[in-house]
Amino acid sequence: MSRLNEHHPSRLHGIWALTKRELKKWLKEPIILLMAILQPVIWMGLFGKAMNIGNMFSSGNFGNINIPDIQLPGYLLNPPYMAGNVTIPSAILTQGFQQMLSNNIGPSVMQNIFGVKDYFSYMSVGMISFIVMFTTMFSGMSIVWDRRLGFLNKVLSTPVSRGAIIFSKVLNASLRAMFQATIILALAAAFGLQLSSTFSVVNILGIYAAVFLLCLGLSSVFLALALRSTKWETQMAIVNLINLPLMFASNTFFPISQMPDWIQTIARVNPISYLTDAIRQLTILPLDASSLMYDFTFLGVFAVTFAIIGIALSWRYLTK
Amino acid sequence: MSEEIIKAEELTKVFNKHLTAVDHVNFNVKHGEVFGFLGPNGAGKTTTINMLITILKPTEGKASVLGFDIEKQNNDVRNVIGVVPQEYTADEDLTGLENILLCADLYGIPRDVAKERAADLLKLVELTDFKDKKVQTYSGGMRRRLELACGLINRPKVLFLDEPTLGLDVQTRTATWNYIRMLKKEYGMTLFMTTHYLEEADALCDRVAIIDHGKIVVVGTPEELKHSLGGDVITLSIKENADVSDLIHTVEHVKEVKNENGSYRIKAEYGEATAPFIIETLRRKGYTVTKLSMTEPTLNEVYLEYTGKSMRDTEESAEAFRTQRMTMRRARA
Repeated sequence: MSRLNEHHPSRLHGIWALTKRELKKWLKEPIILLMAILQPVIWMGLFGKAMNIGNMFSSGNFGNINIPDIQLPGYLLNPPYMAGNVTIPSAILTQGFQQMLSNNIGPSVMQNIFGVKDYFSYMSVGMISFIVMFTTMFSGMSIVWDRRLGFLNKVLSTPVSRGAIIFSKVLNASLRAMFQATIILALAAAFGLQLSSTFSVVNILGIYAAVFLLCLGLSSVFLALALRSTKWETQMAIVNLINLPLMFASNTFFPISQMPDWIQTIARVNPISYLTDAIRQLTILPLDASSLMYDFTFLGVFAVTFAIIGIALSWRYLTK
Repeated sequence: MSEEIIKAEELTKVFNKHLTAVDHVNFNVKHGEVFGFLGPNGAGKTTTINMLITILKPTEGKASVLGFDIEKQNNDVRNVIGVVPQEYTADEDLTGLENILLCADLYGIPRDVAKERAADLLKLVELTDFKDKKVQTYSGGMRRRLELACGLINRPKVLFLDEPTLGLDVQTRTATWNYIRMLKKEYGMTLFMTTHYLEEADALCDRVAIIDHGKIVVVGTPEELKHSLGGDVITLSIKENADVSDLIHTVEHVKEVKNENGSYRIKAEYGEATAPFIIETLRRKGYTVTKLSMTEPTLNEVYLEYTGKSMRDTEESAEAFRTQRMTMRRARA
């Protein structure tokens, strides 16, 4: 029998049609869009500015510290030798200490621990990972509604490829996350982000690539999860259980090197750490090509592995 | 073109290894006819449709649509069918037109062709004036019409309608029936529909299959089915608390008597003439008839005859009930 329908949708056509639907829905809901922009502002304000870690090392915080007198045996001194002890008075020592603090010991400590001089720059970049993770985890949830409202079944009865259905969701999550990453970066720059000398506009493409890799892996898994859980509440519970722990067991807000060993172990396999580090390398840190390569390799392996697992599970569900 | 548009052989679907939703079903749908699946919620109607529209794989048996195997050639099937699902699946955040164009994209119809067809379809279902309004603002009837337009965007040879008038008020239901009749008449389209409204099956379908517990109990035209009952149905109640089935049976032309909790369903030829004789016979034995009604057979009688229960009494599965409630809620909104 001859083919009855002259049109056969290409894979890309289907992906684009379904992605366009999601984006349209998103753009038509100004409140959600506004929230998506406000959320990082609030977090950056609260974490980045309220947790003023750099300021902890300023002289004002050490005003009540008194260094006691120090007595030295006289023979330690350069000639002329003296018998008995020499006393360096407390006042001189305290004054010296205060002077040292005002000579920017704070920024040096920050530089040693965080790699940058101000905490705001450190955390506002980490904020990108935070938002990317949130957006991605929740975006899979829309398929629960698509299924409940029958939209999924309708799409399944059309010749659009099953892969296109899955991939459009993943793509949608990634595009949203990239949009938010852009907003955060722009806002952070406006609020005083200190970019390193190696930063260039090309680096932004690198950030997108890193964000995309994490989104690909995470959203594939969460999509499969959403397809299999019959209620959106289940998905909510899982997301709420793991998102904050994943966030704090990473370098998003605090350097891994300062954490206890067992948290370090988690943080070193946590893909969030690698995304955050990659973005920091590309923005505020002097670019270190080898560690950036390492970050991208890890993110790449994570993305491919989890995308395969997620897509395989979704595929099995959609072709049951 | 083959005369048999849809052909199902021993089609079976078992969920979770023990819940048999559709049980070795055989039927075929001829070119240009409206074929109806009639049964209560949970009888297996939607499961059957879902297998035919290739979104569920049969556990056993096979079926074909326009000669394409629903499993092996599922993409060919998808290209030639249109589906109007039970739920309102249109995206509420998009406008009517955007929804139709989205459907067109899913079939890979080029934009210029799609726009032309969308305009025609919107006119057909009388939504042209509302095409740029969000679907959120649509009434239940408008949504149903939009679903119909979406289902027709690829010029399907067969249209599947799952409970097309669920949750609609009487006027909108009648309007929907008219659309369905027109599709059949104007486009010579073959339609497969499910319904649990007897009057709907009676009004629209050329042939009806009554399905119960996943099995087809009988197939035929509404007239054939009614005729097969062989006579009118007299329903009566008596004041006394006694079983008078045997007594009624002695009256001439009475073919069958069933006692259903004190209410007697009597099948008799020449109902008008027989009824007075029954009353007389009962009165002579000292019984008083309190109620009597007579009906020419309807599909309800057919249904009762073949499934042993009234349409209204059938209990609904929790899932079907939930879906139905949700659809109704959206219809009212």
